[in-house]
Amino acid sequence: MSAAAESPLLRVRGLARHYGAIVGCRAVSFDLWPGEVLGVVGESGSGKSTLLNCLSGRLGLTVGTVEFDMRGRGLTDLAALSEAERRMLMRTDWGFVFQSPREGLRMNVSAGANIGERLMAVGARHYGAIRAEAADWLEKVEFDLARIDHMPETFSGGMQQRVQIARTLVTRPRLVFMDEPTGGLDVSVQARLLDLVRALVEELRLAAIVVTHDLAVARLITHRLMVMRGGAVVETGLTDQLLDDPHHPYTQLLVSSVLQP
Amino acid sequence: MDGMPAQSGYNFAYLDEQTKRMIRRAILKAVAIPGYQVPFGSREMPLPYGWGTGGIQVTASVIGPADVLKVIDQGADDTTNAVSIRAFFARTTGVATTERTAEATLIQTRHRIPETPLKEGQILVYQVPTPEPLRWLEPRESETRKMHALQEYGVMHVRLYEDVAKFGRIAMSYDYPVRVNGRYIMRPSPIPKFDNPKMDRCPTLQLFGAGREKRIYAVPPYTEVRSLDFEDHPFEIQKWDEACALCGAEDSFLDEVVTDDAGGRMFVCSDTDYCAERCRAAEADGDAA
Amino acid sequence: MYVAVKGGEKAISAAHCLLAETRRGDVAVPELTLEQIGQQMALAVDRVMTEGSVYDRDLAALAIKQARGDLVEAIFLLRAYRTTLPRLAASMPIDTAAMDVRRRISATYKDLPGGQVLGPTFDYTHRLLDFALAAEGAPPAKAPTAPADNTSAMPRALDILDREGLIEPPGESKGGAAPGDLTREPLAFPADRAVRLQNLARGDEGFLLALGYSTQRGYGNTHPFAGEIRMGEVAVEIVPEELGFAVEIGDITVTECEMVNQFLGSERAPPRFTRGYGLAFGEQDRKAMAMSLVDRALRAAELGEDADTPAHDAEFVLYHSDNVEAQGFVQHLKLPHYVDFQSELELIRRLRKTYAADAPAAAE
Repeated sequence: MSAAAESPLLRVRGLARHYGAIVGCRAVSFDLWPGEVLGVVGESGSGKSTLLNCLSGRLGLTVGTVEFDMRGRGLTDLAALSEAERRMLMRTDWGFVFQSPREGLRMNVSAGANIGERLMAVGARHYGAIRAEAADWLEKVEFDLARIDHMPETFSGGMQQRVQIARTLVTRPRLVFMDEPTGGLDVSVQARLLDLVRALVEELRLAAIVVTHDLAVARLITHRLMVMRGGAVVETGLTDQLLDDPHHPYTQLLVSSVLQP
Repeated sequence: MDGMPAQSGYNFAYLDEQTKRMIRRAILKAVAIPGYQVPFGSREMPLPYGWGTGGIQVTASVIGPADVLKVIDQGADDTTNAVSIRAFFARTTGVATTERTAEATLIQTRHRIPETPLKEGQILVYQVPTPEPLRWLEPRESETRKMHALQEYGVMHVRLYEDVAKFGRIAMSYDYPVRVNGRYIMRPSPIPKFDNPKMDRCPTLQLFGAGREKRIYAVPPYTEVRSLDFEDHPFEIQKWDEACALCGAEDSFLDEVVTDDAGGRMFVCSDTDYCAERCRAAEADGDAA
Repeated sequence: MYVAVKGGEKAISAAHCLLAETRRGDVAVPELTLEQIGQQMALAVDRVMTEGSVYDRDLAALAIKQARGDLVEAIFLLRAYRTTLPRLAASMPIDTAAMDVRRRISATYKDLPGGQVLGPTFDYTHRLLDFALAAEGAPPAKAPTAPADNTSAMPRALDILDREGLIEPPGESKGGAAPGDLTREPLAFPADRAVRLQNLARGDEGFLLALGYSTQRGYGNTHPFAGEIRMGEVAVEIVPEELGFAVEIGDITVTECEMVNQFLGSERAPPRFTRGYGLAFGEQDRKAMAMSLVDRALRAAELGEDADTPAHDAEFVLYHSDNVEAQGFVQHLKLPHYVDFQSELELIRRLRKTYAADAPAAAE
């Protein structure tokens, strides 16, 4: 890790994505360092989800580059990767936590199999070991082990999200993308889940990019923030500084519109 | 082709020579890439899709006047569909047919591999209803082809995992997926898993034809065919407590025959030729004694 | 001593005899001629030719007779015959603008050059059983002939929109130069529009009808208008290699439907009307219209629309439209499966043993 710390994990330069004449996002540049959690905040339509999809290779770029520090290869332009390499990255070094667990889970197989799938995808072939690891991860996300063989359909939204997080982290990815990971959950469930995410990110020294419209979520789990509006980044900074002392008028508006605790 | 078709008005083995060449090219490609599903321009046959049109087209493309053809369905030569397909080739090629596995040069089968060990020089043609092993997880052909190309096979084991979690064992009894030559995952067609071990390093060329789905794949002679499993839940085949009621075989796949409506049943070999050969041998032994 | 069931061969040949006898029915009733089927069951013939992919009224009539009136079976017979036919030439595209029109209606314009021509349609009949038809009677009265000016030129209705630039030009998404041929090359995805249209033209009318209907009921938002439906005779031309110019080899009857669909624009295309296309042999409004709805639905992704209903899903539609494939695979379930079933029996028995051992109370 000492050598890796000299280069960012992800380097983004001049990224833009257009939909015809409409701008999804534009002129986005930043570095993400190992262990760093970057928040992307803005209202719906601000371009933050487009940005996340571009970064994670789910959407093509119109211009710009996204480079990732590949194992043994250093910073590599993602556009130059073959689909095979990109998909390999997706199931090993990267993880994606969707707002809707339906997108991130196989709803027709058990919680244990959902977690085990990522292990089996990288070659695990010992049932007992796969199951033990799945159970271990369910414990880590504070999930009732007695339900390891139950279908996600029978879980509450918060429980589904815990399974999705376990499934994503089981292969120990180096970079996790999260799209409104606690959106759509009750406030109390949200708070406990955020605590869990924060603890796991710290424990595993994960780098993460978290898209959210919720400044409270951003404050709790991110180190650094990018504020987006109309497809462009209007302000960046350390999370606490930015939220306590916003400079850009739009950021000030965002912050003032949230009830202070 | 110098064979005389027994049915006038149609080419030898029904298909025209251009079509046969196209299918042979697909077969050659399939042999070169064991377990890979080669798309081919499957023709509309005078038998319905799902009744062996893929196998029939493969057979029609490789059969020659000197071949001796055996056709089985469920292991038996006298089941209606086997009779119908054998009659089709007898009519359109005039080749000799046989029920004896050892005599055949070309065997078309549905749902079984003969018990009598296959030899070099023979060809076994399987009728395949659904060639894609990943289909139950992913209905999209465009996606499954990608998964094969990238060897994204983890999801196959998800199914096995679920079985073991639920039932304590892998609960697939037929059409049990295999990995061919350490590369492609393949459906062996709906043969019982009892037959899977026979595919491994088999001296015979094994060809698979799926007419409706328009795919051909192959296992060349002496190719490794491994049934999927877990290290701690290894693949195993069916076993019976009974022996065949006719020939006494203890090593063959048994059909259960209901003999009355009071729960009476007996078990007999599904491979009728194997059973008959054993009965003949036993009789000859009896006569000799 | 148990003897395994034998005699498949005899049973099959007896069944064939019985089928022939049953097909003929009571020999006191006169046998149907192919002419009778061709003339009086003309729409059945049209459907069999379309889905059987062969334009030959006599062969289709024969297939219907042989199939005892089962049209899917007749289509199967015709397809199996078609496989064996040599390919002598590929025709030029037919020119439906030059059609000798017998029916032409547009739902988008009250009147247009050439006028509206109803032709021999069921459309405005009251569906009352006509008991007079039950008895053999005198031939019906001669239909009046159209006034002479109705035979004037009938430009396609959609060309009017095209001149204003309000509709996408025809053939904009036609795919490669030479259309593919599903009867020679297997379907591959993404399938271009020519291949999709071939598939739909051969596709089961009932399946397309249900899918087209689903797009109207909210499973796909296509806002269709029947821009034009025309039926009549068109010339088929080929260019023989030795001649190097087109010669006419005959006329065929076709029904063509061009559906106009509202389209509000997306990141990929400007707002304008778009087209759905349907073509069938003979007189087949229903088939051509259903086909044009499904064609348009299958273009959703290309136009950047949401594509989330069954009719939008090209793999779903194209892999399940063919009734010869479908009827074969559905009916193959009646073939013996006892080896697989035996394997399942053995498995279920074993699982039940484990189940009983694990839960003795429940098993009691």
